[in-house]
Amino acid sequence: MTDNVQSVGLPDERPPANTVGPIAWLRNNLFNSWYNAILTILVLGLLASAIPPFMNWLLFRAHGFDATSTVCRQDAGGACWGFISEKLRFIMFGMFPWEQQWRPLVTIAVFIALLVASCDRRFWKPWLGLVWAAGLALVAVLMWGGVFGLTYVENTLWGGLPLTIILSVIGLAVAFPVSILLALGRRSNMPAVKVLCVTYIELIRGVPLISLLFMASVMLPLFLPNGVSIDKLLRAQIAFIMFAAAYMAEAIRGGLQAIPKGQYEAADGLGLGYWQKMRKIILPQALAVAIPPLVNTFISFFKDTSLVIIIGLYDLLGTAKAALSDPSWRGFYREAYLFIGVIYWIFCFSMSKYSQKLERDLNRGHRR
Amino acid sequence: MSQAMSQAAKPKHALSGEEIIRCTGVNKWYGEFHVLKNINLSVQKGERIVVCGPSGSGKSTMIRCLNRLEEHQKGTIVIDGIELTNNLKNIELVRREVGMVFQHFNLFPHLTVLENCTLAPIWVRKMPKAEAEERAMSYLKRVRIAEQAKKYPGQLSGGQQQRVAIARSLCMSPKVMLFDEPTSALDPEMVKEVLDVMIGLAEDGMTMLCVTHEMGFAKSVADRVIFMDRGEIVEQDTPDAFFSNPKSDRTRLFLSQILNH
Repeated sequence: MTDNVQSVGLPDERPPANTVGPIAWLRNNLFNSWYNAILTILVLGLLASAIPPFMNWLLFRAHGFDATSTVCRQDAGGACWGFISEKLRFIMFGMFPWEQQWRPLVTIAVFIALLVASCDRRFWKPWLGLVWAAGLALVAVLMWGGVFGLTYVENTLWGGLPLTIILSVIGLAVAFPVSILLALGRRSNMPAVKVLCVTYIELIRGVPLISLLFMASVMLPLFLPNGVSIDKLLRAQIAFIMFAAAYMAEAIRGGLQAIPKGQYEAADGLGLGYWQKMRKIILPQALAVAIPPLVNTFISFFKDTSLVIIIGLYDLLGTAKAALSDPSWRGFYREAYLFIGVIYWIFCFSMSKYSQKLERDLNRGHRR
Repeated sequence: MSQAMSQAAKPKHALSGEEIIRCTGVNKWYGEFHVLKNINLSVQKGERIVVCGPSGSGKSTMIRCLNRLEEHQKGTIVIDGIELTNNLKNIELVRREVGMVFQHFNLFPHLTVLENCTLAPIWVRKMPKAEAEERAMSYLKRVRIAEQAKKYPGQLSGGQQQRVAIARSLCMSPKVMLFDEPTSALDPEMVKEVLDVMIGLAEDGMTMLCVTHEMGFAKSVADRVIFMDRGEIVEQDTPDAFFSNPKSDRTRLFLSQILNH
C-alpha cells in the first residue's frame, strides 16, 4: 500500500466561530444589511409599544370570569371576561333550549371525533363512509330530537358552533365529490358535459356568496309552487354546497392539469377504463397536488358560513352579535369577537396544519 | 454492449406465419400536417421489428396508432383480429393485448414498483391480488429488479424505472410489445441493462415493435428493419440486407448519418 493515498483524508474542522450560533443567526437574519437593521429596530419598537398595553387589557387589568357588567363598566381599562362566562352557552349553542344544551354539545363532540378519525389515513376505507352516515344520523337525532324521548327542537332554534360546523362540514363533504365530477366534466371530451360544467362553474364563481344566499332565502320561495316550502337552513346549506363545489372544482382542475400526459397514456396503454384510470392513477395524484388550494377553500368556507347571519340564521358569529345586544352587556364587543376569533382560529389552524402533514405524507414516497 | 448482443442467439427462427397486426392504407394528419402516409404493415406472431428513421418521420406516431394512443383518420388497423375504430370496447380489448413501453417510462409515481405492476392485472384482468403479486414478482425477477419491489419509482434510476415499466407491461401478458424509444431518455451507462431485458424478451419469442436508434440491437435481434421517412415506410428488409445493401437514397443518407460518427 502506498502511503500517499489519502485513505484517511483531512480531519474535520469546526466552522469559523462567527458563522454559527445565535449571534451569527441574528446577524444573518436580522441585521444582514442596513435596511434590514432599520426594519428590525422599527418592528421591535412597534412590538414594544403594542404588546404591553394589550397584555394589560387581556390579563393584568382584566376582570375575571366572575365579573359582572357593572364592575367592568366602573373600571373599563381591562377586558371583562365575565361577559364570556355569562354568555358562553348562548354564544356556543344559540337559542337551543337551555336544559337541552347537552345535545348540541354532544353534536360538537361527535363532529370533532369524526373529523379527527378521518384525518388518519389508515381509516380511509369504504367503511369510513358508513361511520360518517351513522355519525350524521346521530347528529340529526340529537339536534332535532322528537325520538327516543328527546323533545323536538325546530332547526330555527339551532345556532352557535354546532350550526357553523354543520353548515361547513356537511357543505364541504357534499361539495367535494360534486366538485370532482365538475372538474372532470370540465376536462371531458364530451362537448355537452363540458359546456354544462364550465357554465355552472363560471356562473357560480361570478356571483358573490351573499347574493347566492339571498337568492336561496328570498327568491327561491317565489319560484316554488304554493304550499311547497323548503326549510331555510336547508336552502342555505344548498347554496353553500353549490358555491363550494364550483370553487373546489377549480382547485381540483389545477391539480388535474399538473398531471403529465404520460400518466394518462400509461393508464390507457394498460387497458384501464376511464373511471379506473381516474380513480387509481389520475385523481390520487391530482388531489395531492390540489391540497393547498383545496385547504384554502376549506378554510375560507368555514369562515364564510358566518354570512348566513344575513338570512337570519345564528351561527357562531351571529350568536356572539346577539349576545352583545343584551342591554346589560352592550359594548363588550372586543371580548366577544376575540373569543369567537380564537375558536375560528383553532379550527382553521388545525386544518392548515393537517393539510401540511398530509401533503408531506402523500409526497414522501415519490419525491426524488 | 455489442458483445452481449452478438451472444444473443441470432433469432432467425421460423415464424408461425400467423398474422397479428395488419395495417392497410393507414393515414393520419395533425391538423393539416400529414404525419402518416399510406402505411401498409403486416406483422406475424413472434416477429421482432425495429422501426428507425430520422426524428419527425412518424415512427412513434405509427406505433402509437397500434394501441390507439393516436387515432388514425384513414385506413384500417387490425390487431389480433380486432379492428381499431371508435368503439371503446374494442380499444380496451386491444390495449389489454398490446403492451407499451414509453421513452419517459411513465411509471405511476404514487404507487410502489409492485403496485405499478399489479394494478392493471387486478383492475383490468380481475386477477386476485395474491396471484397478481406473485406474477409481478416473477416478472420483476426477470428484469432483475425484484429487490426494489417495495420502493417508489422516484427512488430508482432511469434504467431501473424502464425495466419496471417493461415488467409492468409484461404483467398483462400482452401478445405484442411496443417500445417507443425505450433507451433514448437513459444515461449511456443504463442503456445496456434495458437492452439486455429486451433481448431476453426477443429470445422468448415475444412479438415486438421497437422504435429505437440502437442499431446494434437491430442488427442482432430484429427479424425485420423498417425505415420511415416523412411519414412513409421507405424500406423494410432483414437487418443484413438493410444495413449492407440499402436500396433507397434516403436510407443510405440516414445510415451514413447515424453510423459514421
